[in-house]
Amino acid sequence: MENLDQFRKETKEWLEENCPPEMRKPMGPGDVVWGGRNCKFPHPDAKLWLERMGEKGWTCPTWPKEYGGGGLSFDENKILQEELMAIRARPALSSFGIWMLGPALLEFASEEQKKKYIPEIVKGEIRWCQGYSEPGSGSDLASLKTKAEDNGDHFIVNGQKVWTSYADDCDMIFTLVRTGPQEPKHDGISFLLIDMDQPGVTTKPIKLISGKSPFCETFFDNAIVPKENLVSELNKGWDVAKRLLQHERNMIAGMGLGGAGSAKKKKDQTISSGMATMAKTYVGEEEGKLANAGLRQKIASFDINSHAFSLTMRRASEESKSSNSGPSPASSMFKYYGSESNKLRYELMLEAMGTKALGWEGEGFGPAELAITREWLRTKANSIEGGTSEVQLNIIAKRVLDLPQ
Amino acid sequence: MSLVLNEEQVFLKDSAKKFASEKTPTTHFREVRDSEIDNCYDDKIWQEMVSLGWTGILVPEEFGGSNFGVAGISSILEELGRTLTPSPLFSTAVVGVSLIKHASDDVKKDILTKVVQDGLRLCFAIEESNHHDPVKISCEAKKDGSNFIISGEKSFVIDGGFSDKVIVACRTSGEEGSKDGLSLFVLDSDSKGLTITATKMVDSRNAANMKFENVKIPSEKLIGKENDAYEIIESVLDISRAAISAEMLGSALQAYQITLDYLKEREQFGSKIGSFQALQHRAAIMFSELELCKSCVIESITSFDEGGNDSERLASLSKAKVGEVFHLISNESVQMHGGIGVTDEYDIGLYLKRARVAEQIFGDSNFHKNRYAELTGY
Repeated sequence: MENLDQFRKETKEWLEENCPPEMRKPMGPGDVVWGGRNCKFPHPDAKLWLERMGEKGWTCPTWPKEYGGGGLSFDENKILQEELMAIRARPALSSFGIWMLGPALLEFASEEQKKKYIPEIVKGEIRWCQGYSEPGSGSDLASLKTKAEDNGDHFIVNGQKVWTSYADDCDMIFTLVRTGPQEPKHDGISFLLIDMDQPGVTTKPIKLISGKSPFCETFFDNAIVPKENLVSELNKGWDVAKRLLQHERNMIAGMGLGGAGSAKKKKDQTISSGMATMAKTYVGEEEGKLANAGLRQKIASFDINSHAFSLTMRRASEESKSSNSGPSPASSMFKYYGSESNKLRYELMLEAMGTKALGWEGEGFGPAELAITREWLRTKANSIEGGTSEVQLNIIAKRVLDLPQ
Repeated sequence: MSLVLNEEQVFLKDSAKKFASEKTPTTHFREVRDSEIDNCYDDKIWQEMVSLGWTGILVPEEFGGSNFGVAGISSILEELGRTLTPSPLFSTAVVGVSLIKHASDDVKKDILTKVVQDGLRLCFAIEESNHHDPVKISCEAKKDGSNFIISGEKSFVIDGGFSDKVIVACRTSGEEGSKDGLSLFVLDSDSKGLTITATKMVDSRNAANMKFENVKIPSEKLIGKENDAYEIIESVLDISRAAISAEMLGSALQAYQITLDYLKEREQFGSKIGSFQALQHRAAIMFSELELCKSCVIESITSFDEGGNDSERLASLSKAKVGEVFHLISNESVQMHGGIGVTDEYDIGLYLKRARVAEQIFGDSNFHKNRYAELTGY
């Protein structure tokens, strides 16, 4: 305990000294720092903040020190997160390298690969995207057809990926490719790391119903990939893929957090519900109660579920602290519940705001209102990406409940 | 608050699990139900619970208890809930004891010692209508010298049909619906002027209707201060809501387990019915909902012992969430069993019947959703 108190004290001091004031202001949509060779920083302080955090390994606090991570224990990381929250520090770096690829590399990659790729992720030097889905392989991911052929010291890759997030801004793509026969479909898949800075790789943004293009199509036309970029063994990529998906699902599940329950009540503090407060401004209140009884009931149900969900995320993390097992098939439960919950959150906001939530652009709507409209449309993908809700329920039924095939 | 039980709590829970599976499996419940015993539980089993110290878990050590906490007794109730074990443990050791702790030293010493040693049974007469409402109280207590005279009616008194002592919430001033003017008294169930009608509920347990006709009790039997019982009532109700949520969680988990086993065993169309996606998805959703319930219950039951300051809201969170999920599971379980689900021979229908009664105890999900919203400022 004494060591932890000491750690808290040092962390506080370090953050006080190193977190630039600009990085303690609330973030706008364009303020996320994704890293990469062509990283666009919203402010010079963002660059400084990333360099300092990256140097300390605190962009990836629990990853091993030998690969540039922070090397913190579960409890130390909890303290670090609390202290970051206390000063409202912005995340120094957001990346699929941190959330998805890194954990899988730490588990499956060779020593050389870890030494090369992990420090780059920690420092945000390389921006990664995910090449999993294909036009004909969505929920049935393992039927994928993008081919990698052995050509001596390298592979030649041909095919197409889809839903590659931010591929047009990324440096590298972690990809599932077919290196063996099409059947049995799970057995002929390999996990390849592909540099996108080559003529054989092109990307094309996909315009979504929200009007934005966070996803791309990515085409491989005789792309060249050195053999040392194969992670794990040839044709054993499905194991890596599944594990990585569990990390991805945990990440998406986190979007379902928030609401009245996730804030821990401190002494004498009254907890308020963000949703109810917002609804009051649009619907009005009568004697302290939200004026519309039907909406109030729905928000109460939402807040209760959201509170219960955040407790469950916390419980899972406390339980895994001792076993140190990382994500499990139960992460499908979090993905299912979290993404459904996030969709419901936006549906309720729409209900509360009425026509104010239905503007597309221009006059008559505030910027925050327009952002909610777009975000509502974006959330529709939450229960599709990373495996649909139906796929998650299949996984729970088979792997957790052990129901017959 | 802790989201994981400590070693001693786990030990207590395990011993309750053993007790329930060896001494009170659902066959025990059926035996009692189908026997001539009208108090709806087995006195021998009750005495065994007493000798294990379970009635003293919330009792301070100076009165012979173990002061083991709300999480301790709730963990026992969760395990007993799995087998639908009938007993007055909840009404006595949770609700009754928590109320008596606010009484005078003499009353505490007298009653708590007997609860711990002899299994003296307590019940709480608060409700006056068919929906829980802790302030809708018109049962009146009038001061008469050094006595109070109680007149009025009470309903849905859990285990009230066969209790030794009754703790009654009365109005000593103010209007029905007001938080002010409430007082608590403890009296013998055979007091003159008190008529108790045991009611047999759909879950084969007893509740009672009580009629107080000028029941005279000395003012030493007042619990807490005159006119000022509201806070005591709410704090005891919150402990009780959390504890009954734990019992309901146990029942829901078991109903779910029975159903899951059945899905793996029953064949139709040449396949196990558990292979059908129409059932798999519903089973997976119930699994997720139960995981959420577990978190609500443990956070809520530990908050009382750890001095949390959000216990009220957590109690409503638990009772609302677990009530809703037990409701869902009790319905789905019967449906997934098909025809045999509605036969008395199979246990699953017993859980359905228990669910509805337990949902009503100290506020159903609608009540607690509303309360959660109020406590959250809307």
